[in-house]
Amino acid sequence: MLILSVESSCDETAVALVEDGRKVLADEIFSQVALHSLYGGVVPEIAARSHLEVVTLLADRALETAGRTRADIDAVACTYAPGLIGAVLVGVNFAKSAALALGVPLIPVHHIRGHIAANYLAYPALEPPFLCLAISGGNTMLVDVRGYTDMSVLGRTRDDAAGECFDKSARIMGLGYPGGKPLDDLSRQGDDRTYDLPRPAVHGDNPYDMSFSGLKTAVVNIVHHAEQTGQAPDRPGLAASLCRAVSETLVGRTMDAAAALGYENIAVAGGVAANSRIRADFEAACRREGRTLFVPPLRLCGDNAAMIGAQGYYEYLAGHTAGSDLNAYATMAL
Amino acid sequence: MIYTTHSESETEALGARFAAKLAPGTVAALYGDLGCGKTAFVRGMARGMGIAGPVTSPTFTIVNEYDGPRPLFHFDMYRLGGADELFDIGWEDYLARGGVCAVEWSENVPGAFTGDEVTVRFAKTGDNDREITIEGGPGLC
Repeated sequence: MLILSVESSCDETAVALVEDGRKVLADEIFSQVALHSLYGGVVPEIAARSHLEVVTLLADRALETAGRTRADIDAVACTYAPGLIGAVLVGVNFAKSAALALGVPLIPVHHIRGHIAANYLAYPALEPPFLCLAISGGNTMLVDVRGYTDMSVLGRTRDDAAGECFDKSARIMGLGYPGGKPLDDLSRQGDDRTYDLPRPAVHGDNPYDMSFSGLKTAVVNIVHHAEQTGQAPDRPGLAASLCRAVSETLVGRTMDAAAALGYENIAVAGGVAANSRIRADFEAACRREGRTLFVPPLRLCGDNAAMIGAQGYYEYLAGHTAGSDLNAYATMAL
Repeated sequence: MIYTTHSESETEALGARFAAKLAPGTVAALYGDLGCGKTAFVRGMARGMGIAGPVTSPTFTIVNEYDGPRPLFHFDMYRLGGADELFDIGWEDYLARGGVCAVEWSENVPGAFTGDEVTVRFAKTGDNDREITIEGGPGLC
């Protein structure tokens, strides 16, 4: 089954062609990061407008890359939630039009389910059940993936997402946007014991919930104190200490959940999975505890449409299709 | 009125007292730098309005909606470049829906306000201490 898939929930406009949920025939991405870096963040109006400009071009290019024609498309899948509403709407409306014009089913896909499904593309043998930590600029959640479309959130951030903590800390440290990559690069030159940052404690009854807002505030305090005393903060040391603090929280919660629920397979998904400290800590923890780690390659960790095509296939098999009244949503439960 | 808080939970508690009596349709314009407790304050507002469940940062999605006896629309204008982009996020539509709008990073969208809003300014006076100035509105509960 050949699925044309569209992703437009934030910075990236992407269109892909995926066969049977596992085989990527084309994976076209247009990134708006260069545009947005001028503003220090994502500007939704610009995001929506550029999505609109490139989505059809990307679709044509995907068909060309795959050597297929429109007649070969069996279904159209798109991200319908969550994200910047104006941006998501562009992908949803393109997908609706394409499905209507081609006379094929329309499949709505939850963006985070797509990130989880990136693992199916990277690891052909991986099947549910497994435990998945989904970490991005807007989301941080630990997901119990019981089946391809049967999953529940075990724990989540109570305030800021892990990626948001990195982005805002990077901005405080003058590293630009998006801040994840420069922060990661800088951290590798620093000592992770330079600053004693808080390990976010979460009060309440869910042991898998997380919090990152306090970490961001601690970074603000360190930078301000340094400014007030006329000293420069040890920026590589601060970056390394921050990566360590975030990683210890994420890896700790995930390994606790894996032990409690008896999961042998652990997957990581989302753009923050690209962080080298988090990857290294997960590898070490899984080796220590005898669990198997799945982390998609960098290209599949960021937003892309191939992952939407992968999850779209399994949503289709589960009968999850939509009509032309499909709407886009800024927020949506998994 | 100027209030002083000494922890995140105190900021949250102040938010709850602040929101308890707010009329539907009230716009609360929040001003203050990163890490000043704005999201904690809005989380408190949600509690004070009888809304349970997680209240997380809307930075990525620009606006989070919470259903309750009075709905709460939690905006974060951090990533907006100016008032022109208010149109694209449906600002006018939200105003017309009669909920309470809590707007973080109001600095970025001066064009959003008409003068009827309640202003809440956050200043850091220590690592954990915050000075929170509230102007307008019905007062604390």
